[in-house]
Amino acid sequence: MNLHAPAAKIRTTYREALRMALREAMQRDPRVFLMGEDVGRYGGSYAVSKGLLEEFGEERIRDTPLSESAFVGAGIGAAIGGMRPIVEIMTVNFSLLALDQIVNNAATLRHMSGGQLSVPVVIRMATGGGRQLAAQHSHSLEGWYAHVPGLRVLAPATLEDARGMLWTALQDPDPVIIFEHALLYNLEGELDADAGAVEIDHAAVRRAGSDITLITYGGSLQKALQAADQLAGDGCSAEVIDLRTLRPLDTDTILASVAKTHRAVVIDEGWKSVGLSAEVSARIMERAFYELDAPVARICSREVPMPYARHLEQAALPQVQAIVQAAREVLHRA
Amino acid sequence: MSLPRDSAIALLRQMIRIRRFEEKCAELYSAGKIRGFLHLYIGEEAVAAGVMPALTADDAVVATYREHGHALARGVSADSVMAEMYGKQEGCSHGHGGSMHLFDVALRFYGGNAIVGGGLPLAVGLALADKMQERNRVTACFFGEGAVAEGEFHECMNLAELWKLPVLFLCENNLYAMGTALSRSESDTDLVTKAASYNMAAATVDGMDVEAVYAAAQEATSTIKRLSIPYFLELRTYRFRAHSMYDPELYRSKTEVEQWKRHCPIATFAARLKGAALLDDTQLAALEADVTGEVARAEAFAEAGTWEPVEQLERDVYARSIAAEVQR
Repeated sequence: MNLHAPAAKIRTTYREALRMALREAMQRDPRVFLMGEDVGRYGGSYAVSKGLLEEFGEERIRDTPLSESAFVGAGIGAAIGGMRPIVEIMTVNFSLLALDQIVNNAATLRHMSGGQLSVPVVIRMATGGGRQLAAQHSHSLEGWYAHVPGLRVLAPATLEDARGMLWTALQDPDPVIIFEHALLYNLEGELDADAGAVEIDHAAVRRAGSDITLITYGGSLQKALQAADQLAGDGCSAEVIDLRTLRPLDTDTILASVAKTHRAVVIDEGWKSVGLSAEVSARIMERAFYELDAPVARICSREVPMPYARHLEQAALPQVQAIVQAAREVLHRA
Repeated sequence: MSLPRDSAIALLRQMIRIRRFEEKCAELYSAGKIRGFLHLYIGEEAVAAGVMPALTADDAVVATYREHGHALARGVSADSVMAEMYGKQEGCSHGHGGSMHLFDVALRFYGGNAIVGGGLPLAVGLALADKMQERNRVTACFFGEGAVAEGEFHECMNLAELWKLPVLFLCENNLYAMGTALSRSESDTDLVTKAASYNMAAATVDGMDVEAVYAAAQEATSTIKRLSIPYFLELRTYRFRAHSMYDPELYRSKTEVEQWKRHCPIATFAARLKGAALLDDTQLAALEADVTGEVARAEAFAEAGTWEPVEQLERDVYARSIAAEVQR
């Protein structure tokens, strides 16, 4: 075996990478099962679990009634009972019907029981806008979950993370919520043929740079990378940080970058008010204020329920051009 | 009396234990030793005392915020429950839960849930885990009749029956959801009909009669274990005390409460045992003295308990401590 040979690559999509992760988890651990609305016969509302019912059967690929609170809570109970459930919620807006179980039970049971209980459940859900699905299917509420002690919150933005975060999340003794941006499912690219589990504790520098730091996650990563390309045309070297884990935030990676670039723009598809971008910005202010050459800027979704009409929706979402513009303004402020 | 004497005395003793323990709690609440919410079970003791002996050590229990009786009857020591009431780290939830969140995982006692209806999905999940791991066990889930108005109740009844999960749904119908009478909150007050509408095996029992409760619970658990199905049992009972220590009881009459007190599960069962010559005054006094001693020891244990160091505040939020990372 030649250890120096380049790893074999496969051409795949984010959706297929998620499916590979599900299949691997099902094969490796008999305690793992998937449940949610239309995960079985229908093949998953985003086709992530397509084919898994045939492969693993109805016991382990469980179609549920439209009862988010009951099946999310059942996932929590089953986790306490020794299983390793993966619960799929169709979209983050629907997860609000299960908020009681996630916030009042999953997040609290370890502490409230004095450390007696572990809740090793993984909850996956689609998030984000851009598909003209209007105000009940398009929001980015990751920040709400990232607010809650007791939860871990992940946002895979790459094929590697789509492939690798699930297994690591399943090994975690605590509840983990995984947000999959719906526009990423069709993302295509190359993945190592032997790609597997990845760590879930750190942010990643997706593009190294020296003049400004673009901090983002999930569905906005590709936009930030495109913005960095454009900024390179101006002769500006932008560093792009993918947060990956929204709780706990890897503050050190953010601070190390800001200490180098002295300027930052935070890009978050959530709303600006009381959101993740506010948290990231506050941490920079608290711990790297004197490193800054300009105030931190934020590009977020406009503060409206997501509209249906395409031009309005696009105007509401963070766009590459707005990121570039914000970066230029930050760069030109002394 | 169809029960052997030992079993009958054990039921009586358990009810008296719960009653005296809670009377002490009320006293300690007034003395400022116990704070937060304190929901007393007084009047409803026959339910917990009658159901628990029908469960095995392998079965699981999910309870509500009015769960001192359930914890004690399940076997959580009076010492550790009282220490929890005090907020001491010797408490069964390390002082993190208090009156509403008693846990003892070694006894498969999964709390103490203070969201009405919030424990039902957990119970469904525990039963799902048993079913998938082919363990023939019951998850007993207590909840009040107020939970019947919650969506989680209906979602869970449907899911448990659809998947044939071994859950024993125990609806403690004490007629009032805090201050709202059942007839003022339900279009149909027949709870068994609601369960039956999900095709679930369902029955109702006089929750003031410990012997009847025990028999009904045994029937329910044996049905669940034999057929691997869920079961709904309504227990008609009554809370003699206020909802919590803050409740002025404006929603019901004193006459109504007095009428129900005539059905006190302890007094009626003790009288029945005496009538059957299974108990005399001396034996009852000895039993009372024994229980009084246990409660006094629990109080002393809680008094002697220690406070968790504040430095440990963020322990047990996660298995791997990330509190420092989050705070930074």
